[in-house]
Amino acid sequence: MRKGLTWFNVTSIVLGFAFLYIPIILLVIYSFNASRLVTVWAGFSTQWYWSLLENEQLIDAAWVTLRIAFFSSLVATVLGTMAALALTRYGRFGGRTLFSGMIYAPLVMPEVITGLSLLLLFVAVNFDRGFWTVLLAHITFTMCFVAVVVQSRLVTFDRTLEEAALDLGCPPFQTFFKITLPLILPAVVSGFMLAFTLSLDDLVIASFTTGPGATTLPMRIYSQVRLGVTPEINAVCTILIAIVTVVVIVASIVTKRAENQRQAEERAALQ
Amino acid sequence: MGEVMAADKARKETIGAVRRTFAPWKDPTQTPLIRFENVVKRFGDFTAVNNVSLDIYEREFFALLGPSGCGKTTLMRMLAGFEEPSSGRLTLAGEDLAGVPPYRRPVNMMFQSYALFPHMNVADNIAFGLKQDKMPKADIDARVEEMLTLVKLEKFAKRKPHQLSGGQRQRVALARSLAKRPKVLLLDEPLGALDKKLREETQFELMDLQMDLGMTFLIVTHDQEEAMTVADRIAVMNHGVLVQVDPPAEIYEQPATRYIADFIGEVNLIESTVTACEGEITRLTSEITTSPLTVAHPCEVAAGGNACIAIRPEKLRISLDPPPEGSENVFAGEIWDIGYLGDLNIYHVELACGQRLKVSQPNLSRRVARPISWDDKVWVTFDPDAGVLLTR
Repeated sequence: MRKGLTWFNVTSIVLGFAFLYIPIILLVIYSFNASRLVTVWAGFSTQWYWSLLENEQLIDAAWVTLRIAFFSSLVATVLGTMAALALTRYGRFGGRTLFSGMIYAPLVMPEVITGLSLLLLFVAVNFDRGFWTVLLAHITFTMCFVAVVVQSRLVTFDRTLEEAALDLGCPPFQTFFKITLPLILPAVVSGFMLAFTLSLDDLVIASFTTGPGATTLPMRIYSQVRLGVTPEINAVCTILIAIVTVVVIVASIVTKRAENQRQAEERAALQ
Repeated sequence: MGEVMAADKARKETIGAVRRTFAPWKDPTQTPLIRFENVVKRFGDFTAVNNVSLDIYEREFFALLGPSGCGKTTLMRMLAGFEEPSSGRLTLAGEDLAGVPPYRRPVNMMFQSYALFPHMNVADNIAFGLKQDKMPKADIDARVEEMLTLVKLEKFAKRKPHQLSGGQRQRVALARSLAKRPKVLLLDEPLGALDKKLREETQFELMDLQMDLGMTFLIVTHDQEEAMTVADRIAVMNHGVLVQVDPPAEIYEQPATRYIADFIGEVNLIESTVTACEGEITRLTSEITTSPLTVAHPCEVAAGGNACIAIRPEKLRISLDPPPEGSENVFAGEIWDIGYLGDLNIYHVELACGQRLKVSQPNLSRRVARPISWDDKVWVTFDPDAGVLLTR
């Protein structure tokens, strides 16, 4: 039963994609504009990418953002994986439902609230705001995304594999690293990449929790745009879009391939 | 060729010699290798294993047999260390296993799902347990090689589990669980995923392997033929309780209860009333036949009590001609249905009272036209020593 594309389907697809991508395409095109005026096309040029290299403020911000994204997603991956293990494994411990509800809360919590509450916390404990507070904040809000991704893999994990390892003399801790982790690694990696892009994108939570000397790229872009859009900003945004696109595509390929392989193995096992 | 035959003959003689005389459970001087002492396991309100006491001896091939959910797997998992008994004691070679984690028990298990590590090749799967023991690499390689030869998978060392057939995976799982030379090998429904022919072959291979390695095997199965084929002794479980623990022939020929008689193989149960107990001979009557019944089996109830005669279908004789007047152990009926299995004919004979008896007869001739046909009037008889009296 193959349905042809009706005019309605075609229109909705075109409109939908146009709505989503025309602004981004415009931004990318204007980043190659020779003119300093953002709205006037004056021929193709890569000069704004070169001038970026001399804009120390932007370079600094990019560096801060990358460091925060990398370290926060690393820690979030470890914590999120542990949370996922606890939630899928240790049966009905006291407060399990509360804990599992609480780990998902940041997924639906408005960022403003997350940011504000973290700010209040840092003020209350008198923690100097800056690089470390943004890092902590990002760990907090990306961890639950990792937990969700890893948990969905652990639900289908065959626990007799771990029992077999224990039975063959491997203590539980080593069993995790030799058996469990290698098998759930694709999910852990895609969790890491998701956390990385979320941290890279974040403006709201970072603005609440940052302090002097730790301006992230989205914050820098936002503050510059308030003074007027420059082609340099367009260039930075184009680079950001490229990074995020690559990471998301890689993450989905990794997950998809691991999933396909697992299904193929399961099919083979049933034959 | 001559050498091989001589070796085979020598081997056959040793197997015969060992199998004929192997009965440590009858020898009070033997100490059991594994002892379950009043072991109970509860999961919440559900009692999976209820007060089981069981001794298993070294070099024994022991089968735990029962329907699914009878507690046999739980009993095995307690020995492996995946479950702790709620009460009771479990010892292995005199050592109390309470609190000993699975990775410190000299016991290995072959899992029903095989549980091969999908990210490791066959050789690494087999070597996994040996690496945990910090065995020198050369020794590990030698042992892996030996195990691969044992299960005839030399050419598959570098394959991943998903590149193997079901039968090959089963052998890898077996090799992996044998590699550490455990004191006891636990087999959890090891042949469940194989087709019938391969399963039967593998059963005999397992028996040879167990004999060659001189190890103690404990197999969990719901397949009574499998248990009968491989095991020295069988423990039949039901609802968490051991119903009977005996060698296969005794379980089959001397079932302790109606449940066992019915669970193991086919059986006809004839509810009767005892009229006289004469030592080894018991005389009975039954509502389903007018002929007097005699069974060469001492009776536990006095005259007037109820007992059940259990007779296997192959121990009943069927005939188109009536036996002489006044014969014992005669049932008159009509053929209700016939099952042709190739090697056997199964006759369902309906008696006047409506009860049906199952009679099986070997097909001794190649004639396609069968002498006994549907709706024929037939007489079923049995010898006094063919039946067993059951009171439970």
